[in-house]
Amino acid sequence: MGVIDAEKLTKRYPRVVALDGLDLSIGEGVTGLVGANGAGKSTLIKILLGLLPATTGTATVLGYDVVHQGAQIRALVGYMPEHDCLPADVAASDFVVHMAQMSGLPHAAARERAADVLRHVGLSEERYRVMGGYSTGMKQRVKLAQALVHDPQLVLLDEPTNGLDPGARDDMLELIRRIGKEFGIAVLVTSHLLGELERISDHVVVLDAGHLLRSCATSEFTHATGLLLVEVAGPGDAQDRMGNALAAAGLHARPRGRLIEVEAVDDRVHDVIRDVAADLELGLVRLQPGHHHIEDVFREGGAGHVQPV
Amino acid sequence: MSSPSDHPAPPLGVIHDIGYRPYAGPRLGELSVARSLFVTGLRNCYGLGRSTKSKVLPVLLFVVMLLPALILVAVMVQARLDQQPLPYARYAMVTQLVISVFVASQAPALISRDLRFRTITLYLARPLRRSTYVLVRFASLAAAVFVLVAAPILLLYAGGVMADLPIGRETGDFVPAVVAAALLAMVLAGLSALVSAVTPKRGIAVAAVIVVLLVSFTAVSAIQGIAVEERADTLAQVAGLFSPFTLVDGVQVWLFDGPASTPAPPEGTGMGILFCIVTLVVIAGSVGAMLLRYRKAAAA
Repeated sequence: MGVIDAEKLTKRYPRVVALDGLDLSIGEGVTGLVGANGAGKSTLIKILLGLLPATTGTATVLGYDVVHQGAQIRALVGYMPEHDCLPADVAASDFVVHMAQMSGLPHAAARERAADVLRHVGLSEERYRVMGGYSTGMKQRVKLAQALVHDPQLVLLDEPTNGLDPGARDDMLELIRRIGKEFGIAVLVTSHLLGELERISDHVVVLDAGHLLRSCATSEFTHATGLLLVEVAGPGDAQDRMGNALAAAGLHARPRGRLIEVEAVDDRVHDVIRDVAADLELGLVRLQPGHHHIEDVFREGGAGHVQPV
Repeated sequence: MSSPSDHPAPPLGVIHDIGYRPYAGPRLGELSVARSLFVTGLRNCYGLGRSTKSKVLPVLLFVVMLLPALILVAVMVQARLDQQPLPYARYAMVTQLVISVFVASQAPALISRDLRFRTITLYLARPLRRSTYVLVRFASLAAAVFVLVAAPILLLYAGGVMADLPIGRETGDFVPAVVAAALLAMVLAGLSALVSAVTPKRGIAVAAVIVVLLVSFTAVSAIQGIAVEERADTLAQVAGLFSPFTLVDGVQVWLFDGPASTPAPPEGTGMGILFCIVTLVVIAGSVGAMLLRYRKAAAA
């Protein structure tokens, strides 16, 4: 049994179907949840927290049923919402202590934990100032701290890198990776930026319009594809002449951007490519194995509007 | 004094990253969580645990509220009066402007804030039930208003005891006034919390609460004044139902035979019971309406 299991989960609103018969199993480690806006990511998170009833279907989180055991789930899960959620006139340290107490920690333990997690997310002296004056990066850190302060077994992070500059984004991603790897807390992190998830997640789930498009290990997305990418240099339409010659030599070759994609059926293919280039008197600039990117699944699956990095 | 070279001291101020420490301690139940939320809410109403700016108004109002009581006690002691110059039960009516400003400023600060900054999401993502959250928020506000209303009454009572007024008679007047203060606190907290819950913009919520409290009292006073003049007793008494201050005053007059602060307190059992029922309906109704409001807020 996984950390999160969903079976035929459906959520219908009067006008729109947010989730459509979703079957899902999510395990330990960092799991990326990818999908365009409106793909059903936030709806899924709300159902998993027991805040929104599913129309049909069942789901369990950490072995608890989302319909009947929402309180047990919410005690063991940390949630970082996508939107702003911090009161402007309270200091971060007081706020995180308060949130720890709201998860049932006694006052002394709450203070100790709050100091710990604020240090982990990298908030030092600023934590004694009221949060109204914080930058987006600092606010995101506090939001993450309040999600971690009660030592949850799972954290649900909704678009944690939203609105961050590149440096702050790298820090946040590194922090999320540490939460999954070093803190030993399972992470479900949503993003519409695929490159981010490729870097930090062990597993990627792709949602599209409430459907499960794909769910597999990140390594499966990025494994070698059995394709060779070829680039040649020469006068005029060298690339086209090379492609046609390769096809004439009996290889499956097709253009991919400025490159030529060749199916590497056996080791002989490398030699053929070299010989064809030599015959045409073109310079062989590049000959490399092709890897998938997570974006490819969208190209193949036809899901629209997701922004690749 | 030894020089550093004598003792090559270890470097100071090194921060050791001890890594992530899991929490293995107790996790308290809903009752303890609710108590903690109640205490934080009550403190926040007086600006404690909030920014310095947030402390100014509630603390100022609290002082202003105590000041007349302090002066009355001083007068009573100096002039060796044999009774309170102002009955306990009338104190809230006399200071209603201060109470109204406190309620209008602190109810939005406590209630609208969670909605405006969407902190409500974080509360609902924790074990606390939605209904518990609403009830506790209401209780914090009611307790804060009660402290404001009851503290000067307690001061008057302590002054009376020190001035050697008959303790039995004073206690007999003091206890009903405290009960009335509690009722008033709940009515004001219920109404202002409901207004704040449907008005997430803080400034508008402040204005709305002020209007509800002050305008209703002004209207009731005017109607009662005219109706008493015209000898329309029933109309005058019924009008008293429409302002929180005159409503609770009527309850206290009828239940405890206390001193009236309006020209037309309820007379007769029927009218008295009507005042009590309306008071309870207002309290229960506003809490019920808030529960409905938050059911919607959480789904959004």
